[in-house]
Amino acid sequence: MKNLLKTILLVGAVVSGFVPALTLPAHALVEINVNKGNIEPLPIAITDFLSSGGQGKEISDIVTADLKRSGLFAPIDKAAFIEKISNTDQAPRFQDWTAINAQALVVGRVSQEGDGRLRAEFRLWDTFAGQQMIGEQFFANPQNSRRIAHQIADAIYERLAGEKGYFDTRVVFVDESGSKTQRKKRLVIMDQDGANLRYLSDGRAIVLTPRFSPNRQEITYMSYESGQPQVYLLQIETGQRELVGNFPGMTFAPRFSPDGQKVIMSLLRDDGNSNIFTMDLRSRNTTRLTNESAIDTSPSYSPDGSRIVFTSDRGGQPQIYVMGADGSGQTRISFGGGSYSTPVWSPRGDLIAFTKQSGGEFQIGVMKTDGSGERILANGFQMEGPTWAPNGRVLMYFDQAAGSGGPKLKTVDLTGRNQQSIPSKNFASDPAWSPLLD
Amino acid sequence: MRRIAKLASNPVAIALVAGLALAGCASKKTPNSAADLGLGGGAGGPPGSAQDFTVNVGDRIFFDTDSSSIRADAQATLSKQAQWLNKYSQYRITIEGHADERGTREYNLALGARRAAATRDYLIARGVAGNRMKTISYGKERPVAVCDDISCWSQNRRAVTVLNGAGS
Repeated sequence: MKNLLKTILLVGAVVSGFVPALTLPAHALVEINVNKGNIEPLPIAITDFLSSGGQGKEISDIVTADLKRSGLFAPIDKAAFIEKISNTDQAPRFQDWTAINAQALVVGRVSQEGDGRLRAEFRLWDTFAGQQMIGEQFFANPQNSRRIAHQIADAIYERLAGEKGYFDTRVVFVDESGSKTQRKKRLVIMDQDGANLRYLSDGRAIVLTPRFSPNRQEITYMSYESGQPQVYLLQIETGQRELVGNFPGMTFAPRFSPDGQKVIMSLLRDDGNSNIFTMDLRSRNTTRLTNESAIDTSPSYSPDGSRIVFTSDRGGQPQIYVMGADGSGQTRISFGGGSYSTPVWSPRGDLIAFTKQSGGEFQIGVMKTDGSGERILANGFQMEGPTWAPNGRVLMYFDQAAGSGGPKLKTVDLTGRNQQSIPSKNFASDPAWSPLLD
Repeated sequence: MRRIAKLASNPVAIALVAGLALAGCASKKTPNSAADLGLGGGAGGPPGSAQDFTVNVGDRIFFDTDSSSIRADAQATLSKQAQWLNKYSQYRITIEGHADERGTREYNLALGARRAAATRDYLIARGVAGNRMKTISYGKERPVAVCDDISCWSQNRRAVTVLNGAGS
């Protein structure tokens, strides 16, 4: 745990305003309006960062891949570049970049500090205005070079799209191997782009539905390790595990409260129905929030902690309901044809993502928190379990195409037009996107 | 015949054969027990054995989509199960509830649990002592039939009565 914190602090050491070569503009011309209906990806030139070894190219490749996958940027083929950048402290020849229609230009260099740390500097130029938009530098341990690249991509995204990026984040999910009848399931953590895979469980017990704590240090998940399926906590860095509560029946569908103090989950009743409870992780006090003779599950807090969205079949089939954090005012909000489940409140608070089953297919969609404005973003043979990128612009879910034999992770943005696959060696399911680190 | 006898000694193999036999054909019929597969009583092992239970009584029942109601065909199987379990009272029992993959993960865990509880309650109503039985839900985690259509899904929506060996 101490090591992880240290690493994060080192990587997070951002020094803004790195040697401004020119005066900063009052306002930049280049920008992306993410709220516009039809977003044209912004043509951007990302040059190989200068370095003594291959590290510079590696970093610019990661930045390029991040920005491209967001769907908001169209990185230009390096073969089209006219000017070869040899000094990042000099202004580029803007006409060489406007000639290939690069509206923004990224240059940078990577070097090693005396203490062994990596130092990466970059500048973002507005080529048509001929002005610098950002100049920053980042430091990190060499093994964290990928994180530096993601932070640079985040800085560029934030400057040009006007919203926080989501590239310096991680995803915890379930790795699936072996035959479908005896599937081996293991918890895995990786970077959001699929790199730096690390297994967190050995596959002896079925593990399901991992979710991050708000501080990214812990996950809560469900495991069959004791024979009885129950909810656990796992310290990511130390591997320490802990049962959440001591309940007589199955506990499942866990999530943290936004303040990290509570786990909310379903508890099986003796009559076969399931209700929603919270457990305070300090006092160990449990509170019952629902008490219907129904399946109440998949609870998810609003980001301010005041409300909870959940699935219930109290009306006959699974639908989405909202209630106060104390269980008050339980109200159905999903009314489209079909059944709805796995609701997840957006980190921005404005939308609820869900899985919908309708007409023999599965769909991933979003609705406003009162149930209005439903939009389907992806649909197919079998897909479920959306999780939000911390900026509330992108959803990750798992998708099993007919005949594929198992699921893979995918992302889709809120326009529904930008779907991407997350590469993985094995089948993959139950993704949970980490929050941003402050 | 030798092959059948060999299969019958392994309940898992029976389930797999059932799955393979139905995969890819349009048959709506789902086997309730090895007897339905024509294995007959001869392959069932000695009376009172686990093989006897699995082959001659039938260890599993099936459910309709998103339902935990005990169907008529399942009632017949459970009545036979109850008779057998009341006769051989040395066994403790785990009832596994399962769902097909056409639902989302957490809901299906709850649905499997509800099916297991409905099965347990039916056996209790037929005289099997509640304290001999425990339930567990596997949701959609342990299908027995693997394909992308109803012929498999209908076999995976099930509750399986598993004998745990002699109780105290």
